[in-house]
Amino acid sequence: MHELSIAMSIVDIASENAERAGAKKILEVEIDLGALSGVDYESLKFSLEIAAQHSLLENAAFVINQIAAKAKCKNCNIEYDVANYFTPCPKCNQFANEITAGEELKVKSIVTE
Amino acid sequence: MCSTCGCNQPDDEIKMTVAGEEAKSHNHHKHHHHDKDKHHGHHHHDEHDHEHQHSHDHHHQENDLEHAHHSHGHDHQHKVIKIEQDILYKNQMLGERNRGFFEAKDIMAINIISSPGSGKTTLLEKTLIKLKDKLPFYVVEGDQQTMRDADRINATGVPVIQINTGNGCHLDAEMIRNAVKKLNVKEKSVLIIENVGNLVCPSLFDLGEKHRIVLMSVTEGDDKPIKYPTAFMHAGICIFSKTDLLPHVDFDIEQAKTYARQVNPDIKFFELSAKSGDGMNEWCDWLTGMVL
Repeated sequence: MHELSIAMSIVDIASENAERAGAKKILEVEIDLGALSGVDYESLKFSLEIAAQHSLLENAAFVINQIAAKAKCKNCNIEYDVANYFTPCPKCNQFANEITAGEELKVKSIVTE
Repeated sequence: MCSTCGCNQPDDEIKMTVAGEEAKSHNHHKHHHHDKDKHHGHHHHDEHDHEHQHSHDHHHQENDLEHAHHSHGHDHQHKVIKIEQDILYKNQMLGERNRGFFEAKDIMAINIISSPGSGKTTLLEKTLIKLKDKLPFYVVEGDQQTMRDADRINATGVPVIQINTGNGCHLDAEMIRNAVKKLNVKEKSVLIIENVGNLVCPSLFDLGEKHRIVLMSVTEGDDKPIKYPTAFMHAGICIFSKTDLLPHVDFDIEQAKTYARQVNPDIKFFELSAKSGDGMNEWCDWLTGMVL
């Protein structure tokens, strides 16, 4: 449900940056979306189409980079792939890990005309 | 910034009401949509000037130093503008600003998150009745609709403001900033924020709180911590409520704690029943100890 407010923030961030650069139209927006960001890919795509209406982003292409999650074990110091917040370390089986990738939720860049 | 649904239907507007006062909505949405209309106008003008379809193998130029007379005719240049900005950045900034304000004023802010019906309001009522003569409390209630929760808190005599989010599923830092102003929260106090009943969306929005508490009742599944890990990941404290019902349900409290520790090894637990009073002393002692 919160994807729509996330999508509206994306439209705001992209529009502010485009206006600052004197652009009148945004052709493409690149977004980083981590697997653990708490934002659903499909519903974000759907929300972006709605949020982009009547803005500089109307008809813009949204490139969403889905970023896989990784964690670092605090005991073994190794980095490993995780599916969620509670994937234990494959070596020592401990849960005490630090998420090193997969929490991204950001606007990377825009292409303007 | 429109912080929730973005729709300007009257029943979607965010309303803030101090218990006992009449509801006043604020103008947020209208302003936002006005801005959008402006974009719309520009856009039309733009389309009028160049009505070409662009092929997609355009020249990307790093950053934006040139914007002058090169885009006449059909040879449009496209610019790549690097942004690298967190989408929740605005909320995080406002959250940090709230945190600074709370620290300076010695206000301890607590954000309580749970599913609907886990017993947030009942726990709050009982806690306030026990502690209100010892500690100065203020309460912010978040719900989609109605004043019901604020009315219950108001009956305890503690100042309370109700935020109705309309269709919104969470409170955000800007709503808290406005609520705290309107409630006129005094120095050296405890501000309890009861978030909208939802275990998913509120977890993403920092309100500037010092402590985040996730509440789950024993009538829920003991696997909730791994089904909704984000809520447990970012909370320092987990309260199991309605423990008077334990003999009648299959809830395994040790299993739930194991799951919660898998997500967040440092999480602290309280087990209590606001109804029977079991465990309330430990919880109230902790709360008092955090302030005094």
